[in-house]
Amino acid sequence: MKRTFAIAIFCAIATASQVKILNVSYDPTRELYQQVNAAFAKQWKAKTGNDVEIAQSHGGSGKQARSVIEGLQADVVTLGLAYDIDVIAEKAKLLPENWQSRLPNNSAPYTSTIVFLVRKGNPKHIKDWDDLVKPGVAVITPNPKSSGGARWSYLAAWGYALKHANNDDNKARDFVTRLYKNVPVLDSGARGSTTTFAQRGIGDVLLSWENEAYLALNELGKDKVEVVTPSVSILAEPPVSVVDKVAAKRGTTEVAKAYLQFLYSEEGQEIAAQNYYRPRLQKVAAKYAGRFPKLELFTIDQLFGGWQKTQKRHFDDGGVFDKIYTPGS
Amino acid sequence: MQLSFKRPSILPGFWPAFSYSVLYLSLIVLVPLSAVFLKAASSSWAHLWKTITSPNVVASYRLSFGASLVAGLISVAFGFLVAWVLVRYQFPGRTAVDALVDLPFALPTAVAGIALTSLYTENGWLGHYLTPLGIKVAFTPLGVVVALTFIGLPFVVRSVQPVLADADQELEEAAVSLGANRWQVFSRVIFPLVRPALLTGFALAFARALGEYGSVIFIAGNMPMRTEIAPLLIVTKLEQYDYAGATAIAAVMLITSFLLLLGINALQRRTRSFMDVS
Repeated sequence: MKRTFAIAIFCAIATASQVKILNVSYDPTRELYQQVNAAFAKQWKAKTGNDVEIAQSHGGSGKQARSVIEGLQADVVTLGLAYDIDVIAEKAKLLPENWQSRLPNNSAPYTSTIVFLVRKGNPKHIKDWDDLVKPGVAVITPNPKSSGGARWSYLAAWGYALKHANNDDNKARDFVTRLYKNVPVLDSGARGSTTTFAQRGIGDVLLSWENEAYLALNELGKDKVEVVTPSVSILAEPPVSVVDKVAAKRGTTEVAKAYLQFLYSEEGQEIAAQNYYRPRLQKVAAKYAGRFPKLELFTIDQLFGGWQKTQKRHFDDGGVFDKIYTPGS
Repeated sequence: MQLSFKRPSILPGFWPAFSYSVLYLSLIVLVPLSAVFLKAASSSWAHLWKTITSPNVVASYRLSFGASLVAGLISVAFGFLVAWVLVRYQFPGRTAVDALVDLPFALPTAVAGIALTSLYTENGWLGHYLTPLGIKVAFTPLGVVVALTFIGLPFVVRSVQPVLADADQELEEAAVSLGANRWQVFSRVIFPLVRPALLTGFALAFARALGEYGSVIFIAGNMPMRTEIAPLLIVTKLEQYDYAGATAIAAVMLITSFLLLLGINALQRRTRSFMDVS
C-alpha cells in the first residue's frame, strides 16, 4: 500500500513542469529527509535557477528495496543497510554492483548505532549488553530476518560478546542465543517494536537505532523513558545511491547526484546531526559532540567480513538465527 | 454430448450465463492463483521441498490450521447461540446487538489486533486478571485463537440466522405434542435444520481464519516455532527476496485449504440429501 501511495504521489508530481525525483528510504528517516529536501531544493534553485521537488517514500528497508526491484521508479535510494541496495544491483541490475565505492565513506553520509531505550529510572539497571541476558529482563527487538535495524542489533550483541570472550565464536553464539531467549515478542519491523515497547508497555528494554531512540525520547517525554548507551556497539552505516538506470531514463542523473552530494555538505551534515544521525564531517561532529555519547564502535567489515557473508551465515534460512529457535537442527 | 452435464431447465440462457461465470471465476480467482503456482515453479524442486518442510514452516502450518480449526469450532458453538438469541427473543437493544455482530467484518483487522493485544497483555484490562490464574493469552497460541475467533463469529451468525428465522416453530410444537423432551426437540428437529448452515458458517470462518494476517501478528508475538502463523512466514520470505519460497508456502496452504473446503462441501451435500430423503 505504501508503494502504491508512493507511486500515486509520484504520478501526481510528474505532471507538473519542474524536475521531480523520488527518494525511496527506510522507516526512521521521515523527519530527516523532510528537512533535507526543503534545504536541497532551496540550494538547487539558488545554484541552477531550476525548481526541484523531492518525493519521499518510507517503509521497512527490505520492503522498500523490493518495491524498487519490482518497478518503483526511485531516482535515489537511501536504505538501512548495504545488503538491500546490493540486492537491487544483483536482482534488477538497476545500478552497478560496485555502487558502494562511488561515494565517500562506504556511501554512508551519516552513521548511527544501536542503543537501549529503557523505562524511566532504569528499574532493571540495564547498563550494557551483558545485562540483557540476565533472567527476568524482557528485551524488545524486531525479527532480524525481516528488519534491517534488527540485523544491526543482532550483530552489535554478537560483536560485544566476541570482544568480551577473546573472539570465541561459540561463546558469542551462546550469548546471542541467551539474549533472544529474553525476547517475548518479535515484530516484523523497527516501528512495530517501538510501538510494542512504548505504547503497549511491553518489555524492559528496546534495542533501537540511536536516532529512533532519541526521537522516541522526545515524543514520549523524559519522564517515561531513558536512553542508555552501551560500552560497545556497531557502527551502522545506512547507505545512499543513485539508481542509475531509473535516473538515466528519467533524465534526473545530475540532480540526483547533487542531492546525494548535498548530504555530505556542511548543511546536510548539520541536518543529519539535528536528527540524531552521527555526522561524518569533523567540523559538524565537533559542534554536536554533546549530543552523541562516546562509545567503542566496530564495523561489520571488521568483525563479520561484510554484508553478503553475514547475511548468508546468520540470517538466511537455516542460518544461525533460525537455529536459536530450532536447537539440534 | 454437449448438454450431457446439465439438467434441463425451464429458463433459457444457460450457455451465456455459464460462460460468463467461467470467465469471471477465471479472471478473479483462477488467474491470480495460477500465478502463485507458476512463480513457485520458477525454483527447483529441492529448494521448494526444503522450504515447505523446514521445521519453522511446518510448525507454522500446524499453528495456522490448528488455531483456525479451534477458532472455527468456537465460532460455531457461540455463533449458533447468538443467532438463536437474536431470532427467538425480543428484547430492548436487539437491533443494536444485531449490528454489533457485523463489526468484526468492518473493522480493519489491525485495529482489532491492537485492541485485543492491549486487552490481553499481562498488564492489560483482562490480562492482569488472567495472569495470576496462570493463563497467558497475548503472545501465545491461545492469543492466535482469540483473534481468529473474533473475526470468525459473524460468518456463523449470518449463515445460521436466516435459516433459524425461516424454521417453522410449529415443527417444534408438533414434536412436543408427540412427546419429545426438550433435548430431543433440539437434537432431532432444530439441529438437523441448521446443520448445513452451521457447516457453511464453519467453512467460511475457518477459511477466513487461515488467511488472516492483520489482527494475528499483533497478538501472536511471532516467535519462531511457537507463534508464527503461515501467512507471516510468507511475508518474511518476501522480505528475504525469496519469492519462490514464499509462493511455495502459499501453494501448500492453497491446496490444503481447497481440499478441506471441498471436504466440507461434500459433507454438506450429504447432510442435505439426507434431509431430502427423511
